Amino acid sequence: MPLLDLAGTQVEVDEDGFIQDPASWSEMLAAALAKMEDVENLTEDHWKVIKYLRTYYQQFGIAPMVRKLCKETGYDLKAIYELFPSGPAKGACKIAGLPKPTGCV
Amino acid sequence: MAKESKTPLLDQLEEGPWPSFVKEIKRAAQKKDSAKDLLGQLERSYNDRIGHWKHGGIVGVKGYGGGVIGRYSDLPEEFPAIAEFHTFRVNMPSAWFYTTDKLRKLCDVWDKHGSGLTNMHGATGDIILLGAPTEELQACFDDLSDIGFDLGGSGSDMRTPSCCVGPARCEFACIDTLNLLREVTLEFQDELHRPMFPYKSKIKISGCANDCVAAVARSDISVIGTWRDSIQVDDAEVANYANSGLDIQSEVADLCPTGCMKWDAEAKKLTIDNGECNRCMHCINVMCKALRPGKEKGATILVGGKAPIVRGALLSWVLVPFMKMDPPYTEFKDLVRRIWEWWDENGKMRERLGELINRLGMRTFLEAVGLPPVPQMVSMPRANPYYFWDPEEVK
Ligand code: SF4
Ligand code: SF4
Repeated sequence: MPLLDLAGTQVEVDEDGFIQDPASWSEMLAAALAKMEDVENLTEDHWKVIKYLRTYYQQFGIAPMVRKLCKETGYDLKAIYELFPSGPAKGACKIAGLPKPTGCV
Repeated sequence: MAKESKTPLLDQLEEGPWPSFVKEIKRAAQKKDSAKDLLGQLERSYNDRIGHWKHGGIVGVKGYGGGVIGRYSDLPEEFPAIAEFHTFRVNMPSAWFYTTDKLRKLCDVWDKHGSGLTNMHGATGDIILLGAPTEELQACFDDLSDIGFDLGGSGSDMRTPSCCVGPARCEFACIDTLNLLREVTLEFQDELHRPMFPYKSKIKISGCANDCVAAVARSDISVIGTWRDSIQVDDAEVANYANSGLDIQSEVADLCPTGCMKWDAEAKKLTIDNGECNRCMHCINVMCKALRPGKEKGATILVGGKAPIVRGALLSWVLVPFMKMDPPYTEFKDLVRRIWEWWDENGKMRERLGELINRLGMRTFLEAVGLPPVPQMVSMPRANPYYFWDPEEVK
């Protein structure tokens, strides 16, 4: 597994850049991951999404469905893509330190 | 002594008179290391009897949640040129019409950024571009956009819709499949590029019940061209068929699934009880000079079809027996939106539309999309006429 130098610490990530150990996540790390996903600055809006994702994940062990994410945070899908140009799965979930979503291609 | 082949198993697939993907990959391997490594890994897979692609992978381009599928080799040290070998799905034009100029440009872009290997076309209908490293994805997408191509669907979104060749080449077409496809694709760009559903959703369009894109077997929402008046019969041509040796009784009338045709061999007269005809196209296929679809054309909308992933295969069944299909297709687009809204609200992760209807019931579904139950929705109305009415309605 590649090691990435993020925010001054070495973090293990998979080939898509998702962190391997959810416990290694921190807000500093999120900011570093965000840069990789074309998010220059994490604003309040970003944090709202990230925190929702983390809370949901900690409670249920999976990422929420996109519809739920939009409903609960109040951002429609367009707004989510404006915040996270690489989308909710590749962008938001990665920055929030969730494991890589699996799904059907 | 001739050099021993490194791919003896794959070489066998070059034998015989038919086209061979091995031959094509070998040709590409003369130009690209990635194609060379692809051959090596595939040979390894045949030896090891296991695929050497890792499962899943999330890659993409800016603003899009679908269209690129992550592929990583699990033997990156051995086959470094395919360590990252991602797939692009590129939205094909309606009914796959290209100019050679466009195809050349497409291949130039792909030679520049990827392995040069294409698959025209994948099961979804898309142009499949096989094998690009992560760092080339965005640049490749930008170049594709410059020559007028866009990505198709992947993941839990509306998959790239597809249609049969329709009126472009086929006299049976009851609707303009090509234009409808274009309109649907443009209307649902968000749903195509930004996955938001419980699972994938497919729309396929055939111009008649011959269903050349297999919409009924493969799509959640199938559109099948049809007519609601009577089959047009040219009596003189019917007689011509009989005179030239066609056994109309056994080959046409007896094979009519609803038994609604009468053939009078003496008078050479074919009579059709159009009220019983289910528009299956059989008689028209056999006697296309004598019989044609009616004049009042439109489409039947069916729902629920899918291939057998997760749960078993389903064929679509009728939702709207007849809908006029004229631009801008507002009635159809609105219906699709209502269907998705209900499915998205109620569907579990990885549950297709047909499965959800089976789980919650047709009655609930019809209420939600605002359609009244009609006999055509019953899969075998002649054998099984049951419908469970809402208890409120039969008080
Ligand atoms: S589905 Fe019907 S209209 Fe379309 S190509 Fe086939 S025969 Fe022709
Ligand atoms: S279209 Fe099919 S059902 Fe209708 S008359 Fe012809 S064979 Fe019979």
